[in-house]
Amino acid sequence: MKDISALLEAIKAQPFRDIVISSPHTGTVTFADIRKGDKVLGPQGQWKEKPGTLIATLERERNPKPIYAAEKGELTSIHTELQGRFVEAGTPLAVLRHPLTRAEVESMLLRQALHLFLAPERAKYYFTPDVDKKIRASDAHSVLVREGMELLIMSRMKREVPLLYTGPAGIIYAVYFKYNENIDAGAPLLGVCPQDQLPTIQEVIMRVQTEWTEKD
Amino acid sequence: MDSNIEKRLQNLRDRLAYISDIFAGKHRDNTNLLEEKLASFTERARTDSLEDPHAELATLEDLFTYVERRLEDCITPMDTVRIVRHPQRICLRDILENVYDNFTEVGGQDEYSLDPGMLIARAVITRRRGKKTYTQSVMVIGQEKGHGAEYRNGGSVKPWGNAKARQYMRVAETEGIPIHTYIFTPGSYPVEDYPGAAQQIARNIYCMAGLRVPVVAVISEGGSGGAEAIGLADRRLMLSHGYYSVISPEGAAAIEGHIKPGQRATQELIEQCAVNLKITAMDNLRFGYVDRVVQEPPLGARPWHFDFFRHLRQEVLRATDEVVLSTRLVPVLKGLALARVRNPEAKLDEMYTRWGLSGAAKDRLLAHRQQKFLRLSRLAARDRRPLFTKLAVALRDWASKPWVRFKYDFYRKHQRRIRTFMEELGNEWEVFKDRLLTPWRKLTRKLPANREDVGKTRELTALSNWSGAEQRKRWNYISPRYKTDRAITCPNSAAYGCLDLWGPDLFAEFAGVCSHCGYHFPMEPEWYVKNVFDLGSVFEFNSEIEAGNPLNFPGFDERIIDAQKKNKAKSGCMTFEARIDNIKLVVAMLMGTFRGGSVGAAEGFKFVEAAQRAEKNHYPFLAYVHGTAGIRIQEGTHGVIQMPRCTVAVRRYIESGGLYMVLYDTNSFAGPVASFLGCSPYQFAVRSSNIGFAGAGVIKETTGMDIPPKYHRSYRALSRGHIQGIWDRREIRANLKQALLTIGGRNLYYR
Repeated sequence: MKDISALLEAIKAQPFRDIVISSPHTGTVTFADIRKGDKVLGPQGQWKEKPGTLIATLERERNPKPIYAAEKGELTSIHTELQGRFVEAGTPLAVLRHPLTRAEVESMLLRQALHLFLAPERAKYYFTPDVDKKIRASDAHSVLVREGMELLIMSRMKREVPLLYTGPAGIIYAVYFKYNENIDAGAPLLGVCPQDQLPTIQEVIMRVQTEWTEKD
Repeated sequence: MDSNIEKRLQNLRDRLAYISDIFAGKHRDNTNLLEEKLASFTERARTDSLEDPHAELATLEDLFTYVERRLEDCITPMDTVRIVRHPQRICLRDILENVYDNFTEVGGQDEYSLDPGMLIARAVITRRRGKKTYTQSVMVIGQEKGHGAEYRNGGSVKPWGNAKARQYMRVAETEGIPIHTYIFTPGSYPVEDYPGAAQQIARNIYCMAGLRVPVVAVISEGGSGGAEAIGLADRRLMLSHGYYSVISPEGAAAIEGHIKPGQRATQELIEQCAVNLKITAMDNLRFGYVDRVVQEPPLGARPWHFDFFRHLRQEVLRATDEVVLSTRLVPVLKGLALARVRNPEAKLDEMYTRWGLSGAAKDRLLAHRQQKFLRLSRLAARDRRPLFTKLAVALRDWASKPWVRFKYDFYRKHQRRIRTFMEELGNEWEVFKDRLLTPWRKLTRKLPANREDVGKTRELTALSNWSGAEQRKRWNYISPRYKTDRAITCPNSAAYGCLDLWGPDLFAEFAGVCSHCGYHFPMEPEWYVKNVFDLGSVFEFNSEIEAGNPLNFPGFDERIIDAQKKNKAKSGCMTFEARIDNIKLVVAMLMGTFRGGSVGAAEGFKFVEAAQRAEKNHYPFLAYVHGTAGIRIQEGTHGVIQMPRCTVAVRRYIESGGLYMVLYDTNSFAGPVASFLGCSPYQFAVRSSNIGFAGAGVIKETTGMDIPPKYHRSYRALSRGHIQGIWDRREIRANLKQALLTIGGRNLYYR
C-alpha cells in the first residue's frame, strides 16, 4: 500500500488534471469563439444530455463535426495556428485544465490505497449471513477478511454460489454494491485496506472532505 | 356587524376579486369603483353609521350585478380562458350536489383515489309525472378541478384516471344507464407511464365510439386530448363561458411566436391566439361541434348561482331525453315526443321518458352517434374535385354495391364449389381441345419456328447464378439526398463508435440505415410508397382534397401553399390503394414533411374516406405514419374533432371485420396517436422512431418534470405494450406481408 498522505500532498501540489483535446480524425479545424484562459463547461443536465462548450469544428468530406469540452475547466492553450488547416487524427487542438473535484480526489486516493475486490460476473451480491450479522451489529470496518474466506453470495437467476475472497488480508473499508441490485462483471464490490492503515486512510479522507475546495 | 351582512360582504369581496382576476387588469375603472364603494360601505358598517344597512347593501349588490352585466359584453376569448381556470368557477362536485338529487362517489374519494383529477359518481334524478315519482340513475364522469385543490391536479388527468373513466363507462353500459360526462380539463397529464397518456385516450375514444347507452357531454374547459377522452357523446352541450380548443392559447402563442424554452410569449400574442383559435362556445356551436350552448350568468357561473344549476339540470335532462327519443321507431310519435321535450318552456322535471333502450334501439343509437361524427367538419376541408368527379364517385359507389355484395356474400361463401365446377369444366375442355388439334400439331411441330428453345431450357434447368442478386438489392426509389457528396455522422456515433457514412451510400444502397448501429435516418414518404408496395400498383384517390385555412388564421394560407408546393401534395395525408405481393390493401399515409404531418380537416376527411373504401372493398387498411406532430393547431376544433371522427370510422371498419394496422415512423405525437392511430390493436414501428403524447418541452412546461433522453423511443412504447413490434426499414415490405398473412388469416382481412 502506498503512503496516501504523501499522495494527497502530491495532488494538492497539482490540484488539476490536464486534458488534451485532440482531433478524433483527419479534417479541417475551425476553432469556436474561444480564447486562452476561457472557462468552459462539461456536459450539463440531469442526464448529462446537454453537450459541453464548443471548442472547435472538424470538417471532413463536408461533414462538420463539433468537438465539445468533456469536462469543466479552463483552457490553458489553444493551437490557433491550426485554424483552417487540415490535421491528422490525434493532433492536439487545445489543453483543458480541469480542477479536480472532491469526489475525484477521493476516488484517486482510495484507488491507490485500497485493494478492490471485483465482481466476477454480472449478478446480485450479498454478504454471507455471518458477515452480514456482523456488519449490521456494528459496521463494515469490523469485518476482517483474509484470502479464501467465504465472504459473499453471488446470486443470479436463483442460482446462489458462495464467493471466496481473494487478495490481501484486511478490513472492509467500502462496500460498493447495494442490496438486490445487479452489478456488472468487473465492477468493484469491496474496497479492502490493511487494518493498521485504517486510521490514516480515514484521516486523509476526512481531510479531503473538509479541506478540499472545489473551484468554479 | 350582523353575521348575515358579513357573509354577504364576503360574497361581494369574492365577486370583486373574481372580476379583477378574469379581466387581468383590464376595465380598471369599473373595479376601482366597486372597490371604493365596497370599502366605504364596510367602513361605515364597522362604525355602525349606516341608517339601513340591509337596504344599502342591497343597493351595493345591485351595483355589482349591473357592472357584471355591463362587463359581460366585453368578454374576450382569453377572458373566458381565465374564467374557466378560476378557482371560483363551478366544478363537478358543485354540479353533483346541485343538479342531481343524490349521488355516491365511486372509484375513489377525494385524495384517496387512483387519480383525484377524475371524479366518477352514480347519481340519481327524481322526476314526477302526476302523482307518480320516478327515479332515474346516471353515471356521472368528469374531471374535477376542485376549486384549486392541489391534489386534483387542475383536472389534468393521468392515464390511469382515464382508464378508470373507461371502466365505469363499461359498468354503465352493463347496467344500461345513461352517462353524463363533464369536461373540466386543461388537457391530459402527458406522462408515458403504462399505459401511456396517448394510448389510454385512444382506448377511451374507441370505447365511446361503440358505447350502447346514451352519452351526454357538457363542456366547460375542453382542452384537446383530455377533453376527447370523455367527450365522444350523442349530445354535446357547452357552457356559454367555457372554451373548447386544440391547445391552450399560451401553447399556441409559444408555437406561433417561436418561443424558446424558458421564455414567455407576450400577453398580446396570447390574446391574439385565443381570438384566432375560435375557442368560444358560440364558435363551436357555429361549426357544429357542440349541439347546444347552456347560458351562464354574467361573467360565468359560480357555486352560488343556484338558478344556473336548475337551468343546467333542465338542459341535461332535455339532452338525455332527446337522445333516447331519437332512437324510437314510429316517426309520428317520435316527432311529437321530441317537440314536447325540445320546447324551451317544458318542465322536464314533470315529464318522464324511460331511459332504458331495447337491443334494436341501442343499435340505432350507435348508428346515429357514429353518423353524427362522420358528418362533422366535412366542409372545413377544401374539396376541389369537379362536380362530375364527385358524381362519378357517388355513382361508382352505388353501382359497385351489388357487385361487392355478390362477391363477398355469395361468391366467397360458395367459392370452393364454384371453383371445383369450373376446374372440372376446364379439364373437359382441355381434353376436347387436345383431340381436336392433334392432327394440326403433328404438321406444325416439324416447322423450324417451333423447334425447342435451348436458352429457355437452360434457364429453367441450370443452377441460378449471382448476376441477378445485385439487381434485386437495388431500390425502386432512392432518396434525392444520395446526390450530396458528403459524409454524415450517425447520431449514435458517440455511444456506439459508428464511423462516418458517405451520403451516396447511406441514402441509396443502405436505405438511410447506419451500417454500424442500425440507426434509421428519416427518409422521404416517396421512398416507402415506391419501395414497400409493388411497383406500379399504387393508385392514389381523393388527391384533390385540399388542406385549407378554415379559421382564417392570419398568415396560414401562405404557409399551407408553401407546404403544398414543397411536397407536391394538396394535404398531409395521401390515401391510395396498393399491393404487396399481390395482396391488395388501402393505405392512408400521414406525411411528416407536410407541416409536420399535422392532421386537420382535409387529412381527417381523407382518412375517413380511406377507411370507408377499405370497408367497402373488404381490403386490409394500413395507416402508415411517416410522421405526425399532432392536430394542426391553426385549424382549432376543426382539427381536434378529427380525433373522435376518424376513430369512429376506424371502429366501424374493424367491427365490420376489417384488419387495421398502424406503422409508425420518425416522430408520432399527440392527437392522432391518442385516437385513431392508438386504437389499432396492431401497431408497429420502424426503428429509431419516437412515439408519445407530448414532446419534452410540453412535458417540462405542464408537469415541471425533466424527462430523460430517449423517453419517447419506440422501444419504450414496445416495453409498455403500446406497439407490437419494431421493424427494420429494409424489412418493412416482408414484415407487412407476414403480418397481413398471419394476422389477417386465411381470408387476409375478413373474419
